[in-house]
Amino acid sequence: MSPMLLLPCPYCGPRDHSEFRYGGDAGKPRPSLAETDRTVWHDHVFLFDNPKGAHKEYWQHVLGCRRWLVVERNTLTQEIAGSTPARDARTAP
Amino acid sequence: MSRYSALALARNALSGHDRWPRAWRSPEPRSNYDAIIVGGGGHGLATAYYLAANHGMTRVAVLEKGYIGSGNVGRNTTIVRSDYMIGGNTAFFEHSLKLWEGLSQTLNFNVMYSPRGKVALAHDPGGFDGLARRGNIMRLNGIDAELLERAEVEKLLPYLDYSKQARFPILGALLQRRAGTARHDAVAWGYARAADAFGVEIIENCEVTGFLRDGNRVTGVETSRGKILSSKTAIAVAGHTSDVARLAGLRLPVESHVLQAFVSEPIKPMVHHVVGSGAGDLFYLSQSDKGGLIFGGHIDGFNSYAQRGALPTVRTVAECAVALIPAASRLRLLRHWGGIQDMTPDGSPFICRTQITGLYLNGGWCYQGFKATPASGWTYAHTIAKDEEHELNRCYSLDRFETGAELDEFGIGNWTYKQ
Repeated sequence: MSPMLLLPCPYCGPRDHSEFRYGGDAGKPRPSLAETDRTVWHDHVFLFDNPKGAHKEYWQHVLGCRRWLVVERNTLTQEIAGSTPARDARTAP
Repeated sequence: MSRYSALALARNALSGHDRWPRAWRSPEPRSNYDAIIVGGGGHGLATAYYLAANHGMTRVAVLEKGYIGSGNVGRNTTIVRSDYMIGGNTAFFEHSLKLWEGLSQTLNFNVMYSPRGKVALAHDPGGFDGLARRGNIMRLNGIDAELLERAEVEKLLPYLDYSKQARFPILGALLQRRAGTARHDAVAWGYARAADAFGVEIIENCEVTGFLRDGNRVTGVETSRGKILSSKTAIAVAGHTSDVARLAGLRLPVESHVLQAFVSEPIKPMVHHVVGSGAGDLFYLSQSDKGGLIFGGHIDGFNSYAQRGALPTVRTVAECAVALIPAASRLRLLRHWGGIQDMTPDGSPFICRTQITGLYLNGGWCYQGFKATPASGWTYAHTIAKDEEHELNRCYSLDRFETGAELDEFGIGNWTYKQ
């Protein structure tokens, strides 16, 4: 368990997490903009799986290439399983 | 329960202090109770105490996965205060502070409540106006608050940087004299002992592994020590609320985050108050009776269950400390640790019923769990016993994000990356 996360940026290589901005849970597909049910939007915006273990999440390499990534991190052990450019990981609504 | 008193102390001194009775029993779990509290932290124990003391419910079990005092109740920076100004927060935290004031007598256990005063610093005119507004709202609600000019702050806190080069110039402060600190583990032990004296059973090393269901009703829990039945099951496991609620099929507006705290080597008395600043980043400071400076800052900024913090936060907090108190640059850190806390989108907690009958929720404490302990237990006990929220905790409902009734007091939450 490292006191500094080493995030594997697909463009820049492994970098300290202090170069990145955290962007939250990437496991929640955004509802369709045509969706009018308030509960669907409430659940999307306000509810979190908050898993103790594997978690897919957004990070932006603000002090590097400024690209958005999807990183898989274990929230209990802080192990990083890998990362992909967010544009490739994007899920359709 | 044998009462603690000066006489008892003298009597036990004569027998070499080896005849003190256990502070609470260690019973085997029964097959059923009138209420089960999941989590033997400060909030769970306080809830058990007020269930017995205020509502006459004594067939109550507190199930603790580890041992009493092993969780966040023994891992915080021990600050108590009631400088809140939004919606239901003001009355709730003031009720808590009033309970703190008499807690040692109520529990017959010295919780070392020390009303040394909390000084919130203003570093710019906007911040000073903000503190004036906060103080005025507190005073309108009958809570003590004093606005201090820069010269008065310098008299109270001479160790801060008042020079022209100061990174964070000090314009003034808001002082709440009744705020201060209390001894955190004494709070857990005091509530445990007082609840036990009413007949509440505190069952340590008993992990809840599932909820027993009958349709939309929780009828008890599965534990590492067998099934236990009850028509009322109450969760109080802040830090791990999502994980326990998941066992009941609930998905919550909660993320778990690591919050770090720091203790320096002991020095002679220097910091006589609790000091808070929002200048560079969030920073709060007090000095323990042993002499160590206790301080902390923001959460690390990404959800985590690892009870260990990241170095960038250590650096930010240390920079805040040295920028405000130049003398702190000579201090060495003695200890530093990370605790896991529930963060909610608006930075306010939940004390409420859930959509499942017989299942109650207390969690989402976001930095402020310790100071809330007495009022949290007091109102949660009411909610469990009467099956309805008390006026003081009606604002802490689970549906407030859906109804637009968020309580965003300090602009904090799990979304630090959006702030």
